[in-house]
Amino acid sequence: MTEPVSAAALLTTPLHALHRELGAKMVPFAGYDMPVSYPAGILAEHRACRESAVLFDVSHMGQLRLEGDDAAAALETLVPVDITGLASGKQRYALFMNETGGILDDLMVTRRNDHLFLIVNAACKAADTARMQAAIGHRCKVVPMPHHALLALQGPKAATVMARLAPSLATLTFMSGAEAAIAGIEVFATRSGYTGEDGFEISVADGDAEALARAMLAETEVLPAGLGARDTLRLEAGLCLYGHDIDTMTTPVEAALTWAIQKVRRPGGERAGGYPGAAVIEAQLAAGAVTKRVGLVGLERMPVREGAAIVDEHGAAIGRVTSGTLGPTVGTLVAMAYVPAALAVPGTLLHADVRGKRQPMRVSPLPFAPHRYFRG
Amino acid sequence: MPVLYTTDHEWIDTSDATLATVGITHHAQDALGDVVFVDLPALGASFKKGDVAGVVESVKAAADLYMPVAGEVVEVNEALRADPSLANTDPEASGWFFKLKLADTTETAALMDRTAYDEIVKNA
Repeated sequence: MTEPVSAAALLTTPLHALHRELGAKMVPFAGYDMPVSYPAGILAEHRACRESAVLFDVSHMGQLRLEGDDAAAALETLVPVDITGLASGKQRYALFMNETGGILDDLMVTRRNDHLFLIVNAACKAADTARMQAAIGHRCKVVPMPHHALLALQGPKAATVMARLAPSLATLTFMSGAEAAIAGIEVFATRSGYTGEDGFEISVADGDAEALARAMLAETEVLPAGLGARDTLRLEAGLCLYGHDIDTMTTPVEAALTWAIQKVRRPGGERAGGYPGAAVIEAQLAAGAVTKRVGLVGLERMPVREGAAIVDEHGAAIGRVTSGTLGPTVGTLVAMAYVPAALAVPGTLLHADVRGKRQPMRVSPLPFAPHRYFRG
Repeated sequence: MPVLYTTDHEWIDTSDATLATVGITHHAQDALGDVVFVDLPALGASFKKGDVAGVVESVKAAADLYMPVAGEVVEVNEALRADPSLANTDPEASGWFFKLKLADTTETAALMDRTAYDEIVKNA
């Protein structure tokens, strides 16, 4: 028997009371007591995000600033990403790397006027902060923002809602950000998210978070959504969940995230290498990786979940599933898995072992549900 | 007492002394959330009490379905297989899982009545 985690030991976000008031089912996640779903349920919340708009509380995630003229160059020593070339107001996906080419965390970096604004995973934020302090703390000021909440307004109607509450934000394009007032509350918002839909991620001071959430939830298009729907949405969108689809044992090449490594950081580029594990990554970029992350679509309806083995015709394990669910929008079983690179070809028939039953699956291009970002 | 309950949040209707119907409780479906798939046992399969006879999967998790008593599966709910959301909308009636020919009718004595089960849910 495992002892239930004591609720008293869990951290809470500034919206905790609001979640309770809305009737959320709360679960422990990354040390926080978080809403997994509201009374509408995961499927309804998922559909609302694809058809209208939903609001997520993602305040458990880590927010930090890197301050100082050398911040971008300093951060480039930890990530294989072009940060110095990031224009003011622009946002980019990045990966903290280890010496063996594994991924320590994935993050979003936005250049604001006088600093870099980082959003990192909740479970990694303490380690990320400590690592940055140790590695680049002498070159820039690493400033955690523990008193800021993060809300995500996602869905095709998110911009309609934003046009009403903060017209200046409705014209932002995908992966850019700006300061604004939403319903009179000062925020920093980016046009981004984790659902594959258009939407915004909004950083706000703790004390203003509940008023901001209530202002958005008061709009008829917006339903609250929990971490359950967030997971099915991101999986249909083919987006990796750190600790599951990517971790210290997977490289960006194996994870099919080479698009995140700009040319300027690759061999021959002006600022090639210079990050932990660069030699491993450069070798894999040249020769290809042995295994690769792929999308899988189930030919039968039995869900195939994280941890299931991908097996050959003799039942021997040749790969592993890292995420899987019945995709509410695509209507089939969808999963992500690592398989031998030779099999990572769309259309290839593979089998997942689920409780001893072989489930046929086909390698599929990602995303499963098309991205519908607003690029202007 | 025709309908009895297990600590695994299953119900078993024993109004017919030899042919029992098994399903999951309202509390179980509420905890699971939207049910999207059920793996039902094969017709004719025999199980001991406590064996895993099937799986019920929601969008967020998979849960084993345990045999409340020993017996042989003589019917499975094809309507539930076709529409697993019946387990959410009508778990204690049309969302039943399977019917059993009991191996030992005395085994039901170890199960709970509604009052005892409700007490467990209240304290869960």
